[in-house]
Amino acid sequence: MEKVKCECGHVNPYGTVICESCGKPFFEEEKGLLNMRYEGVARRSQTYNKTMIDKVWNFFSSVKVGIWIIVITLVASSIGTIFPQEFYIPPTANPTFFYEAEYGALGKIYYLLGFHDLYNSWWYMLLIASLGVSLIICSLDRVVPLHRALKTQKVTRHESFLKRQRVHGVSKVASFNETRNQAKNILKAKKYKLFEEDGNIVAEKGRFSRWGPYVNHIGLIIFLIGCMLRFFPGMYVDENIWVREGETVVIRGTDGEFFLRNDQFIVDFYDDADERFRDALVRAGSPIVKKYQTSATLFKRVDDGVVGRDPELVEVARHDIRVNDPFKFEGYALYQYAFKQNEISQMSFEIEESETGERFGRIDVSTYDPQTVYNLGGGYKVEIIEYFPDFYFDDRRTPASKSRIPNNPAFIFKIITPDNEEGEISFVGIQTNQDINGENTHQMRFVDIDMNHVTNLVVRKDYTLGILMVGGIVFMIGLIQGMYWTHRRVWIQKVNDELWMSAHTNKNWYGLKKDIEAVVSKTELTMPMDNVEEEEKKS
Amino acid sequence: MANMAQLSSSLLLIAFFLYLAATIFFAVSVTGKKFKNKAGEEKNKAGSLGYISSIIALLFALGYFVTRWIVAGHAPVSNLFEYTTFLGIMMSLAFVILYPIYKANVLGLFTMPIVMLIIAYASMFPREVSPLIPALQSIWLKIHVITTALGQGILAIGFAGGLIYLLRVIDFKKSDKQVKAIEFVMYSIISIVGYILISSIFSGLNYEAQFTYIDEKGMEAEMVYHLPPVVGPNEAVLLTDERMTPFFNVHPNIKSADLNTVIWSLLTGLVLYYLIRLITRRKIGELLQPLLKGVSPQAADEISYRAIAIGFPIFTLGGLIFAMIWAQIAWTRFWAWDPKEVWALITFLFYAAYLHLRLSRGWHGEKSAWLCVIGFAIIMFNLIFVNLVIAGLHSYA
Repeated sequence: MEKVKCECGHVNPYGTVICESCGKPFFEEEKGLLNMRYEGVARRSQTYNKTMIDKVWNFFSSVKVGIWIIVITLVASSIGTIFPQEFYIPPTANPTFFYEAEYGALGKIYYLLGFHDLYNSWWYMLLIASLGVSLIICSLDRVVPLHRALKTQKVTRHESFLKRQRVHGVSKVASFNETRNQAKNILKAKKYKLFEEDGNIVAEKGRFSRWGPYVNHIGLIIFLIGCMLRFFPGMYVDENIWVREGETVVIRGTDGEFFLRNDQFIVDFYDDADERFRDALVRAGSPIVKKYQTSATLFKRVDDGVVGRDPELVEVARHDIRVNDPFKFEGYALYQYAFKQNEISQMSFEIEESETGERFGRIDVSTYDPQTVYNLGGGYKVEIIEYFPDFYFDDRRTPASKSRIPNNPAFIFKIITPDNEEGEISFVGIQTNQDINGENTHQMRFVDIDMNHVTNLVVRKDYTLGILMVGGIVFMIGLIQGMYWTHRRVWIQKVNDELWMSAHTNKNWYGLKKDIEAVVSKTELTMPMDNVEEEEKKS
Repeated sequence: MANMAQLSSSLLLIAFFLYLAATIFFAVSVTGKKFKNKAGEEKNKAGSLGYISSIIALLFALGYFVTRWIVAGHAPVSNLFEYTTFLGIMMSLAFVILYPIYKANVLGLFTMPIVMLIIAYASMFPREVSPLIPALQSIWLKIHVITTALGQGILAIGFAGGLIYLLRVIDFKKSDKQVKAIEFVMYSIISIVGYILISSIFSGLNYEAQFTYIDEKGMEAEMVYHLPPVVGPNEAVLLTDERMTPFFNVHPNIKSADLNTVIWSLLTGLVLYYLIRLITRRKIGELLQPLLKGVSPQAADEISYRAIAIGFPIFTLGGLIFAMIWAQIAWTRFWAWDPKEVWALITFLFYAAYLHLRLSRGWHGEKSAWLCVIGFAIIMFNLIFVNLVIAGLHSYA
């Protein structure tokens, strides 16, 4: 590939449109305003197109392609909000039937096309990935040559470069030196940096804003890398634990190192006597929750953690865990997530002789961990043959348990009395007490119940948060750098017997022209023309 | 406390009328003759008066905000009335900041009515001070919502700029796609007026029509309409006497009362729109165009671009970054693909595409102005439609 040597002596890379040094346009035949995009540098993508790598590079280096990726991502994302995503439908619902049942034919199509889990689909991932690739390649393709061009630029510019700027004017002045010095001082007062060469001036400010887009793209790439890391196991912990009041459990995801005790769980409601909120509470019609709170104590295991041995625990900290106020320790955070009130924790029964109603002794049965035998003395004994914490009849009409949670406890008892050492079998659940053989003389009489609150906490530890945060900060810095500052250059050059003034900015021409007005109002220079506005007036 | 709440509402009302005053001043400044005194100074001071009115209006509006904050004990941005009102206030703040740079009276003439419309629209939602549910009890409520509203307010100025550009340059003698599209935008705005009008009329009449119906879970439920029922809920039975019977009933998944309101708003808007066209014998855009004779399209383009360049980083910070930080604290994960969240991402992507199209594809002028209009439509869609129709984690009501 040949390099292009400009008449000013600077050797430009192949593909350059505007000389990096003096600004001479290499394609003079094109008239009109110079396209100052990226300073007319030679970009790799515009130069090579031979190998496969070149082709891929060229594809992704196109901003047009980048915009298409953005737009497609935008449209795809919006489709995902038409019906609820799979993770928002009721947990018991089967998506295969749910979408059709709820939303009809459209719902079925939605499900069949996989839109019910759109954001986890391979093609959505591919879109995000190509957005990342586009970000990297677009940026690299431009930032390197742009940096070189802005570094190489000389003060003295080629005439046609000046003439073909959007803001350009020619002034006849009596005193060149005085005008130049006045202009210099005014621009200096406006915080421009001044460079001089053979009596020509370029005043420049805000060049760093040209790097804003690349900085914010770096931030986005860091953010996307952070998101990508989440696909690797061990980058984050996402568990959840149910803890009953008074109970101590191992905190999942901490490798058995930490334990938590739920000291108390409370739900608070807004007081409907509160004058401020009375109208809103009346409208709501039902009480509005003020607070969900788990008062918790954290323990650390201090023994060697041998399985089967009771752990030795040491209290580490206490915290009232609320929504918006997680319990943080050693990189972990525990969040108030859900709860269950009034779970049955204990049921109490007495043995009753059916005929006389006479009672013999009482047993308190824990629904979490019932004993197998309760010895009441005097020959009375109760055995629990089977326990169903979450009782229901299964397909074969036999008793079974849906889960280990005591939502609907039921027992098969064997009652042993001094008269009947064989024992009588009965089935006892909530509002049911059946005599299995139909010959029982005794029954278990339900007498008392204890309830408990259960809290549901989410356990989180996330190594990627730091990376995401850095990405976000870098992105914002780049965005502000590029948006709230602008790169302005004003060239003042003596050409023959005239003083030429041209100016360029990457955005905010209004601000640039105000700067020039300040120069014009106090010097012999005349106001340059804005060629775009001139065009507008003509049409 | 009750007095304070009263004061708060009064301050907002006064602010509303001051925005109206500002609109009138700006209208005078744009339509009034340009005359200069001997010293060459502009004698038509209406523009300055308009700006002063808008500043005072903003101060009163902020007075409403502060007093309501004191009454509620939390930042008043926690329900649709409060948020939408605040968005209007932020738009006027953005105007107050941007006006001195460009001194464009026409921007005031367009911004102030939009602010009024947003605040009037907001006041149609329930206005009581509501208590905060646990998920909203966080310092991030203030930080996230205030930043987002400010960003959206500034982006809305971009919309106003785009609208000015289009109304200035479109040739209304033709009847091409652009003319139709801009008339549709005008009709949409008029429909909001229609909504405010029709709701106010019927609420003034204390209109109510009560139904029992079968809801989406197959349960019998009750529903009250505040507008005459054109469409009824699923298997509706009208309980109130002397009310019109709905033409048809809709599927239980659709909130029929809301749909009914939308139908009424669109119909009222249609009536208003054709009434204006019938009386003036002109398209709405054509009516507005003479106001913009003195405007340089290039300046309008620049203002709208500037507003978006300023608003975009603020919106991103508030609507995405602060949002993610809060989500991590309140919902245990920084991103949940909640519809409101997704639509904030869509807004972000849309304006990102806008900026790229402008910078590297040279989309200036008309195309760029249309994008500003669409961008604002997306913001409004996220505010209204996503909140009311697609219920997710964000739905407050």
